[in-house]
Amino acid sequence: MKLAYYPGCSLEATAVEYGVSTQKTAQVLGVELQEIPGWNCCGATSAHSTDRVLSLALPARNLALAEREGLDILAPCAACYSRFRATEHQVRRDAGLQRQIQEIIGMDYQARNQTLSILEVLAGRIGLEAIGGKVTRPLKGMKPACYYGCLLVKPVEYTGFDDPEYPESMDNIMKTLGAKPVAWSHQTECCGASLATTRPEVGLRMTYEILKNAQERGADSIVTVCPLCQMNLDMRQSQVEKMFGVKFNLPVYYITELVAVACGVAPEEVGINRHFVNALYHINHLPEEVEEETDQATARQKAAPEVDRAKAARKAEAGEEPAGGTAATAGAAETPAPASPAENAGASKGALKLASRIFADDEAKAARLAGILSADAEKMKKVAQLLAQDKEKAVKVAEAFIKKEAKAKGEEVAGE
Amino acid sequence: MEKVLVAPAPTQKDIIRRLEQESGTEVSLCYQCGKCTAGCPAAFAMDYTPRQVIRLLQLEMVDEALKAQSPWICATCETCTTRCPRGVDVASLMDALRREALRMGIVTDHRVATFNQTFLKLVERYGRVHEVGLLMEFNLKTRQLFKDAELGLPMFKRGKVHLLPEVIKDQGHVKQMFARVKQTGGESS
Ligand code: SF4
Ligand code: SF4
Repeated sequence: MKLAYYPGCSLEATAVEYGVSTQKTAQVLGVELQEIPGWNCCGATSAHSTDRVLSLALPARNLALAEREGLDILAPCAACYSRFRATEHQVRRDAGLQRQIQEIIGMDYQARNQTLSILEVLAGRIGLEAIGGKVTRPLKGMKPACYYGCLLVKPVEYTGFDDPEYPESMDNIMKTLGAKPVAWSHQTECCGASLATTRPEVGLRMTYEILKNAQERGADSIVTVCPLCQMNLDMRQSQVEKMFGVKFNLPVYYITELVAVACGVAPEEVGINRHFVNALYHINHLPEEVEEETDQATARQKAAPEVDRAKAARKAEAGEEPAGGTAATAGAAETPAPASPAENAGASKGALKLASRIFADDEAKAARLAGILSADAEKMKKVAQLLAQDKEKAVKVAEAFIKKEAKAKGEEVAGE
Repeated sequence: MEKVLVAPAPTQKDIIRRLEQESGTEVSLCYQCGKCTAGCPAAFAMDYTPRQVIRLLQLEMVDEALKAQSPWICATCETCTTRCPRGVDVASLMDALRREALRMGIVTDHRVATFNQTFLKLVERYGRVHEVGLLMEFNLKTRQLFKDAELGLPMFKRGKVHLLPEVIKDQGHVKQMFARVKQTGGESS
């Protein structure tokens, strides 16, 4: 796939990480980006606050340059994207305006090509499956708040690739990368970046609201798709903290940084070490979650026989009766030492921890579950995954496992 | 300033028509439900809420609307436009109000106007915006020399600012565009 590439002014300076990581992501995912030669500034808010024709002519020159090559355009900056889409839209609808714009830019421009946002390219053109296939370092344990910002999905007439109130393309990408995005309410709220310089008292309050909502919803970071949003949330976070007397400490990423890192690129290579709020530490120390525990438990279970023999030997030395061989009793839950051989084999910490999370107030049941889970890695994995998504379901499935096992034992007894 | 409007002057009607034309919307569509204001993230700081701005225009109190702080506080986030059940493009109207105010020399917020001017000067001169130049010139013009100074050094250390602007290859082309817009009666200077 080949696209014209419009970095825009920010990606060359304050948002250099966004530029670098976009190029890297494109490279990893096999997209060819051809930078528009001699591109000019899109004019941003300043142009459309000042002169309508100028605000359309500035983007139109870039669009016309790409049209000559017959290419659609990737504009990672949400503000540039919005101005480009507005221009396309208005030129397509109004032949008189089109003529006027052509005269001003001194070029032919038919608005036959279209501008794409980074989310459209990732989730649409490339596709989640293709991205998933390249993931080598899943971002497990990461709980980001996916922040789309105001301009990427609004207004629908210009943008229209995702829902303006409940967009999900970025959430889906983050899930594909292995993260667990939180549900929150400020995903398309304006961060006030355009007011940060001119009216900080208004802009910073808007930024505060977004950071606060993300924190309240349990996010450990924010993912953005706009250099203005990222800069505002990251660089000005300390100003906001000072102004409101709070502490957020939320790293703010670009989606492309995370795609690149999940696909095996080193975080430093895409500029994650250049953020204001320390993101490098965060990305390198994602908390290990239940899923990881499963892996560890499986590993430990493989090693379990040896461990058990060693344990038994130690106990024998101490003059204790070696565990195992005695009939399973529910009372064994008092001391977490499990009683049946099957349970014994898997009294791995992971299984016990998982079981006690599911049956928090029933130790006996928890101990039984721990035994069952440690005997069967598949079951363990299933319960762990369910617990991460929906606790009620996990409890139900766990109950079913216990019942099934009881039945199997009962039948054995009956059969004897 | 109290103002009693008995019969609206014809020029006010003209201005409203121009605002409507530039923003591609009609103020009479609005039934004052207030959804735009409810979702506006900047309404808390406005003197007239977005709904009230539309109301002023419906009542043809154009002067009041042009002098309001609201259009200059509006962050152009498009939330109001997206949510309006009557399809009123409130954000574009705010935009049109800013431009109209500039045209008539009524600028309530000099900071925003200065920022925009400085920004466009840079685009005209270099084709792109040089962020350091923009902030320095803006702070100089608005006499807030040390604003954001605490952020400058960390930005520099992170290799995020270039001290000199980059000029695009085909800069003459962009200059010509500015000139042509001015010829056709634009307000870009
Ligand atoms: S949402 Fe639309 S109809 Fe409702 S008050 Fe605002 S502009 Fe008027
Ligand atoms: S575009 Fe302006 S008026 Fe509309 S919701 Fe956003 S800040 Fe408020």
